[in-house]
Amino acid sequence: MNELFPKNIMEHFKRPRNIGEIKNPDGVGKVGNFVCGDIIWLYVKIKKGKNDKEPKITDVKFQTLGCTVAIAVSSIVTTLAKGKTISEVLKINKDSILKMSGNVPKNKIHCSFLADDALHEAIYDYLQKNKMIIPQELQERHERIERELENTEEKHEEYVNLEKKVFGK
Amino acid sequence: MKNIYLDYAATTPVDKRVAKAMEPYFGSLPAGRQEKFGNTMSLHSFGQEAKLALENSRAVLADLINAKPNEIIFTSSATESNNFALKGIALANKNKGNHIIISSIEHPCVVESAKWLEKQGFKMTKIPVDKYGIINPEDVKKAITDKTILVSIIHASNEIGTIQDIEKIGKICREKGIYFHTDASQSFGKILIDVKKINIDLLTASSHKIYGPKGAGLLYVREGIKLVPLLHGGGQENGLRSSTINLPAIVGFAKAVEICKKEMKKENKRLTALRNKLIKEVLKIKNSHLNGPPPHKASDGQSHPEKRLANNANFSFDFIEGESLVMQLDMEGIACSTGSACSSFKLEPSHVLLATGLRPEQAHGSLRVSLGRQTTEKDIKKLIKVLPKIIKKIRAISPFKKYE
Repeated sequence: MNELFPKNIMEHFKRPRNIGEIKNPDGVGKVGNFVCGDIIWLYVKIKKGKNDKEPKITDVKFQTLGCTVAIAVSSIVTTLAKGKTISEVLKINKDSILKMSGNVPKNKIHCSFLADDALHEAIYDYLQKNKMIIPQELQERHERIERELENTEEKHEEYVNLEKKVFGK
Repeated sequence: MKNIYLDYAATTPVDKRVAKAMEPYFGSLPAGRQEKFGNTMSLHSFGQEAKLALENSRAVLADLINAKPNEIIFTSSATESNNFALKGIALANKNKGNHIIISSIEHPCVVESAKWLEKQGFKMTKIPVDKYGIINPEDVKKAITDKTILVSIIHASNEIGTIQDIEKIGKICREKGIYFHTDASQSFGKILIDVKKINIDLLTASSHKIYGPKGAGLLYVREGIKLVPLLHGGGQENGLRSSTINLPAIVGFAKAVEICKKEMKKENKRLTALRNKLIKEVLKIKNSHLNGPPPHKASDGQSHPEKRLANNANFSFDFIEGESLVMQLDMEGIACSTGSACSSFKLEPSHVLLATGLRPEQAHGSLRVSLGRQTTEKDIKKLIKVLPKIIKKIRAISPFKKYE
């Protein structure tokens, strides 16, 4: 018996949904870094159908190098996002993720928000590429994620340079 | 599915022979009249019978390391022993100096005790290690100042299994008149230690790492060395460690040592062979590395089979996060551990692996496999079969798929 993580986390960890890469994605979100240990790349395909008022996420996939919670929540987030409109997706937040994940150990909660960051970054990428209006909240969030990345980069310059060299990130 | 336990460095199951030896000292009711549950401080025969068992146990434990029985102080754990050694010596010698030396690969209970002492005005120096976790005794010599009162170096690393040359370090300390403490939690009962021959002043050992029960540890303190006690009360253990004696655990500890002493040589040989086979096979996995001293010739031409605990293997896998690796192995019924940040309460990668020069991401991808008495060749074969598949699976869902 191992009850370290809630049932739904283990379920998604054992059978992660929507794994992989989307060729020619409409938006990509890349968050995390080697130093913290979790890296999530999340791809979205976004289309506006004839009868749609708003563009919809028609496909979403992820690639995660990370701990149990990071992998499971990446999977959970993709299932939450699939088929939703952009404004619906932007409503996904910490509460909706925690509700889906269950009682994640306290010191692991931050790992569960990384996938949400990746999803928002993918939407940001799409909006920016298509020169669409970026909601202020999303803009602020993007800046926060960039800032956090810079902070880690400053703290661990040596590793980050190596990471860039190896992966051309 | 049979579960395979490969985390003996974390803790070990209690040997049946140990459990049997402990039984009478619980005095469990209603099994009949048992007279061995007494308080060792009591004057009546219940107490004196307990006292006798305590002293017999003390003699067994002292004998293993060539110490005198009165040089053994029982504690509740290795953590307590290490706290006691560092704080007890520092506080008792603060008029002589304020400097203590530890290594960069100590167990957290030594590191945190030293940090606490820093807050009390002591100074701490951490001796670095090489890429295999080996300390150069000369570095210890150089770090000693006229203010140094204690050197504390872990004998065998709980994470990467590196065995230090404590004989040389002990000699340096004795020549300089500085107390030398070693945390032998992982080596006691596995490697023969002669405290007299190798100039050890204080030594920490633990029961639950050698098939004894949890809740028993000891601190060897060379005769004549003064420590400030951490626990004050009824004056047990010569006033150095007040607390009612946990006799069942101590009796079990002594029985565990008796068994180790008898089986040590044969068991080490058996475990070394199994461990070497494991290392050889696991290193066939792409982008895998061995942490700690190599038992075989490594790519740099070095090999240090005698500098590694027989039961320890520690690997790093590139593009792998250790916590999810441990969880995947657990799903296959195999129990191991990792130095990944996500596995630790503090969310920092293992300081031991970082001290050997590993980058954080390499420490995140680490896996410790520690073998023990119940490990069979079949268990190792199972791990060798399952591990490459799991590594492949984890890499396949990561952005670094092409490196699988």
